Amino acid sequence: MSEACKITVERRNDVAILFTDGYINNQGGEEIARQAYAQLDAGARALILDLEKTRIVNSIGISILIEVLERVMDRKGVLAFCRLTPTIDKTFRIMGLAQYAAIYPSLDEALKAVAAAPRGEAARNP
Amino acid sequence: MAKLETARSGLDAGSREISLTIPVAPDMEIVATAQAVAIGEYIEMPRDKIDEVKLVIVEACINAFEHAQTRDDRVHLTFRVGRESDGPEYLEVEVFDQGRGFDQRSVEMPSLEKAFGGGKKRGWGLQIIRSLMDSVAITSGDWGTRILMRKYK
Repeated sequence: MSEACKITVERRNDVAILFTDGYINNQGGEEIARQAYAQLDAGARALILDLEKTRIVNSIGISILIEVLERVMDRKGVLAFCRLTPTIDKTFRIMGLAQYAAIYPSLDEALKAVAAAPRGEAARNP
Repeated sequence: MAKLETARSGLDAGSREISLTIPVAPDMEIVATAQAVAIGEYIEMPRDKIDEVKLVIVEACINAFEHAQTRDDRVHLTFRVGRESDGPEYLEVEVFDQGRGFDQRSVEMPSLEKAFGGGKKRGWGLQIIRSLMDSVAITSGDWGTRILMRKYK
């Protein structure tokens, strides 16, 4: 029944890419947070959340993503999203998340922007 | 395909309305979205709009699950397909719970600025619903809460 969200992580130097697959609800959000905090503790400067395989992020999941964003900002890091469905993109913009975490259409664009973003500054939205 | 056939048979019967009752239980909101997908595909609603309807159903259901304290441990959904005179077809979703109701005036508008300042990070559901649907009507009282949401094709 449940579309449990699976997270896989890829590390490229000081950038951690978290690939999500499935419904981001409270459990999915908590798993993302757990993996994200582990990467920050292991020295990641930037996190990219690649949501290509996620079609729904509910408001509880979003609230956990806000906690992750807050933690990243506290550490003067950078958080970016990429490959969002139009609905998720729209929802994040409605909430104002795009002001603090840039949204990119592709992973390549996110990687380039994050690499160029100074520590503590949100990567620039395309 | 089975889900689509269920939706099609209900709509072809002339009712233009399908009802679904789900228990208050984890992930049941996803069951409700499957019905919206079937009906959305039946009326050839664009995929992005179907995704928006799915998200608002999720939000309306989890609001009921978390806050309503329903007397029957159920959330009742009705899906309707209609058209306004010469206008486009629409999909209307009614989410009804027999809970304790709430005062809409007491619902604080969420913001990231408040969330970052150590404030609450939850409470985005109603804002998401109102932003993604073409029309939303909420009625609530000690009899429960009814959220009527419409999305034009």
